[in-house]
Amino acid sequence: MLEYFNFRVIAQYLDQYLIGLLATGWISLVSLFLALILGTIACVMRLSKNRLISGVSAVYIESMRSTPLLTQLYFFYFGLPSIGININEVQTGILALSLNSGAYIAEIIRAGILSVPRGHIEAGIASGLSFIQRLRYIILPQALGVVVPPLLGSAIVLVKDSSLLSLISVLELTRAGQILTSERFMPAEGFFTTAVFYLVIYAALKVFSDWAQKKLIFREAH
Amino acid sequence: MFLFYLESLIAVFPLFLKGLWVTVAISGLSLITATILGFLTGIGRSSEIKLLRYAIGFYVNLLRGTPFLVQIFVIFFILPEFGINLEPFPAAIIAMTFMGGAFICEIVAAGIEAVPKGQREAAIATGLSRYQQVRYVILPQAMRTILPPLVGQYVLLVKDSSIVSVIGVMDLTRVGWLTVQRIPEGMLVFGLVGIMYFAICYPLIQLAARLEKRMSVGESRL
Repeated sequence: MLEYFNFRVIAQYLDQYLIGLLATGWISLVSLFLALILGTIACVMRLSKNRLISGVSAVYIESMRSTPLLTQLYFFYFGLPSIGININEVQTGILALSLNSGAYIAEIIRAGILSVPRGHIEAGIASGLSFIQRLRYIILPQALGVVVPPLLGSAIVLVKDSSLLSLISVLELTRAGQILTSERFMPAEGFFTTAVFYLVIYAALKVFSDWAQKKLIFREAH
Repeated sequence: MFLFYLESLIAVFPLFLKGLWVTVAISGLSLITATILGFLTGIGRSSEIKLLRYAIGFYVNLLRGTPFLVQIFVIFFILPEFGINLEPFPAAIIAMTFMGGAFICEIVAAGIEAVPKGQREAAIATGLSRYQQVRYVILPQAMRTILPPLVGQYVLLVKDSSIVSVIGVMDLTRVGWLTVQRIPEGMLVFGLVGIMYFAICYPLIQLAARLEKRMSVGESRL
């Protein structure tokens, strides 16, 4: 198969791929950052004792988790202009990605906080620690071990999900492959190259995530 | 104008039901095939044959490391270059099977790993064959760990089935996409699409959560 594979075309389109790689990278990073903020807010709201506040957050989390990202993306892409909000494709993509990922992150953080036994927090109160101290010395060290691995997992999911942005014509990695395919009629070259780039990102994130997990276990053992 | 669109949306509602049926059919069929593939590869991962383990590991990482959108492009556009022409529907089933199989493989492998070593040693000592070990000792115990994330994976499978709409399968998302070209009320159209996905996924998510609770209660007795 290798003899049929046209590397020269890939070299010609390399700029396109690099632009795509960069776009996939920064869009994922920005969305992850926003998703972390959104997720934290949604999680705090979800844990609130006020029924209304926790209800609003529950509706957000459950509706995001129970519908496909592609539907959400189209919902904003086709829906926002019809209510008079005009933002470009990249912004629409980031909006959908961070709303979607935020819901998952909210659940991850919630699981982390709930994993800290109540007795530990009560013990902290009894020994006169302030809220900040309890957070810093009791809750966070225990919750982080539970939160960080799935959080890195959702970062990987986010990078892969950003491929859907190609469907609303954002130039990122998958779109670069589509462009090569449609201009040169070379789907193998186009999509295998795209896949290789994703695999490189995946491998890098996975190595980082394994390393981080080892670090966390190390800290817990102390 | 909104009311007019609402009326036309009601007029095309039967199309949405058809789309819903296609979504259910695709996810239902690939759910079965992916489960079979996932269990076979998951069990194979604990095999003594090194080559088999590496091959499965390679397959899993390849499919977990690339976006489903790219995988479906590869199957739908590249296979014809090798003389294999597939209709959109079977192409979608194949793509979903390989992708779902890779994720289920990881779940099954993790479940098998969670079974205490002594159990397998006891099975060997009792003189059970390799098949009997897996069938009567390992799997029944591993199922407790496997079941909750497996149901969670089924939710993902239903949601990922929305992506096969890009190769022309007339599923729920595709119906929505076609409708929005005629009825430019994106929020209305994809809100309806979203509600239909919600009706499938939400009960499954609740089931997964309930299973998880039940299994962990069972564990704490040990």
